[in-house]
Amino acid sequence: MSDSPVDPGRRTWVAITAGAGAIGGVAAAVPFVSTFAPSERAKAAGAAVEADIGALQPGEKMTVEWRGKPVWILRRTKEQLESLKKTEPQVADPKSLRNPGELTPAYARNDHRSIKPEYLVAVGICSHLGCSPSDKLQAGAQPSLPDDWQGGFLCPCHGSTFDMAGRVFKNKPAPDNLEVPPHMYLTDTVLLIGEDKKA
Amino acid sequence: MADFKTAPADAPMGVKLLTWVDNRFPATKLYKEHLSEYYAPKNFNWWYIYGSMALLVLVIQIVTGIFLVMHYKPDAAQAFASVEYIMRDVPWGWLIRYMHSTGASAFFVVVYLHMYRGLIYGSYRKPRELVWIFGCAIFLCLMAEAFMGYLLPWGQMSYWGAQVIVNLFAAVPFVGPDLALLIRGDYVVGDATLNRFFSFHVIAVPLVLLGLVVAHIIALHEVGSNNPDGVEIKAKKDERGIPLDGIPFHPYYTVHDIFGVGIFLLVFCAIVFFGPELGGYFLEYNNFIPADPLKTPPHIAPVWYFTPFYSMLRATTDPMVNVLCVVVGLAGVAGLVGMKGMTRFAMFGAAVVGIVLLKTFDAKFWGVIVMGGAIVVLFFLPWLDNAPSKSIRYRPGWHKWMYAIFVVFFVVLGYLGIQPPSELGTLVAQAGTLFYFGFFLLMPWWSTIGTFKPTPDRVNYTPH
Repeated sequence: MSDSPVDPGRRTWVAITAGAGAIGGVAAAVPFVSTFAPSERAKAAGAAVEADIGALQPGEKMTVEWRGKPVWILRRTKEQLESLKKTEPQVADPKSLRNPGELTPAYARNDHRSIKPEYLVAVGICSHLGCSPSDKLQAGAQPSLPDDWQGGFLCPCHGSTFDMAGRVFKNKPAPDNLEVPPHMYLTDTVLLIGEDKKA
Repeated sequence: MADFKTAPADAPMGVKLLTWVDNRFPATKLYKEHLSEYYAPKNFNWWYIYGSMALLVLVIQIVTGIFLVMHYKPDAAQAFASVEYIMRDVPWGWLIRYMHSTGASAFFVVVYLHMYRGLIYGSYRKPRELVWIFGCAIFLCLMAEAFMGYLLPWGQMSYWGAQVIVNLFAAVPFVGPDLALLIRGDYVVGDATLNRFFSFHVIAVPLVLLGLVVAHIIALHEVGSNNPDGVEIKAKKDERGIPLDGIPFHPYYTVHDIFGVGIFLLVFCAIVFFGPELGGYFLEYNNFIPADPLKTPPHIAPVWYFTPFYSMLRATTDPMVNVLCVVVGLAGVAGLVGMKGMTRFAMFGAAVVGIVLLKTFDAKFWGVIVMGGAIVVLFFLPWLDNAPSKSIRYRPGWHKWMYAIFVVFFVVLGYLGIQPPSELGTLVAQAGTLFYFGFFLLMPWWSTIGTFKPTPDRVNYTPH
């Protein structure tokens, strides 16, 4: 190392050059990080899907794919609808008040979380970490479920449970009810999932 | 720059060639510094074979990985079939793939044992803090590597495992959902996710990993190895400056390690040839079903090496957050009573803020913090341990029980992480999680309590 004193003028220029270089470095990182975002093709792939529910019997469930996620259409029996009254005090958010804009459209913010009481339409993705809950539609005691089970869904990943309206039970890992996607009835037996306004 | 050397005119060709190289690249210097004149304590026991064994597994993973990439297709529509193609149609492809999948588990077996060795002999203590920190970073890279590699076969476990872990990031307040979107590159785990995980798994993370391994070894060779007695052998040197208790790594420990390699390969080959799935622990049965985004398998669990941390994630429920609030509150009160001056109010204030935060955000977010914290806390270990002696050999008897309980809880957490969730399992996992964090975070206090035996000046060694 030399003993000559620091030349403040040169030091300033070194600092300015380093600063400019850093700005350039950050600017160059922007396009690289941007490539992580969903591509235009991925964004365009979110179209609404139609589902024919004419053949669905009471107690049956069908699954359609919308935006790569499973959407369940469940035709609930009278007993299953009745069970919602019993589960109401046990669920975390019975009135769907948490994040209503994202999770439950206004027309489903009711006791049965649906447009028609009989048909539940919900995205079958647990609000905890995104597993798809399994059907536990039969009432009664079963493994991993409470003895007074009224029928509903059990997430296999972390044990969250949901009732027949996709409402999450209290003290479970999942914070929110199952999402009700925007949907509407085109006819009595044809559902459009992904859109709820007539174009 | 070193002086230019000249080999004698009558020297053999090999010596002349080496001299030529040494004048241009420090080949002999490196060989001496890291092998023939790297002095390691002479009292190493069998716990000391896992470092070089980890290096061997790294080489196995890199070599088999290179060959797998030649046949694998990182495409959501073709990935599953291309792995089956490797298994059935590529000559000896099954062997390469089973070596790679068994190697992944072997890596964690070896690394967990290697870390435990460091834990009981205090190998992370001054001056080896950076050796330990580089090691922890290697462990993190390995976890990233294993997680992203597990998506590639595009089976049901690959898919839903990735779905769960990526959604962990979505639990971060405010930026979470956007962060998860950025990681997936799509609104669900899909082709974009598979492609980027492939890129990270085969290029990005291995490069970082190799750099860290080099840093780990350079740092180790700078300060010298610890040993089962926790004695600094550099404190006692002979007239040539060589530690009295040191022996050259080569040939003494290369022979030692090659014997270990022999035993390792016996077990490794037995698994590769006779039980590559190892009862569903090394390769999970659900992963032989192609990924189905519409259906989660009835029971999903990560591969065994992630399950202790996964258990902690599952254990963090709303009641557990309340327990954590009580613990943080007690720590605040203890600070108020036990500390002096401004520290006491700072600690109490921090505890109040902590409780408010705990109650503000979802238990889901805290589960992620607990799981991440379980790894992060390891980085701070060098500054948490205040015991007068490094090695477990000279610590009070009850410390040995602490380490034993720690191991038991770690194994139990691992076991519970594989099992479906249950009430009792969650309770045990919560106890285990509290013990795990108590073990590390209270270490500054408990590590000083008890009667320590005096650490000897020289290492204990009986020639045989």
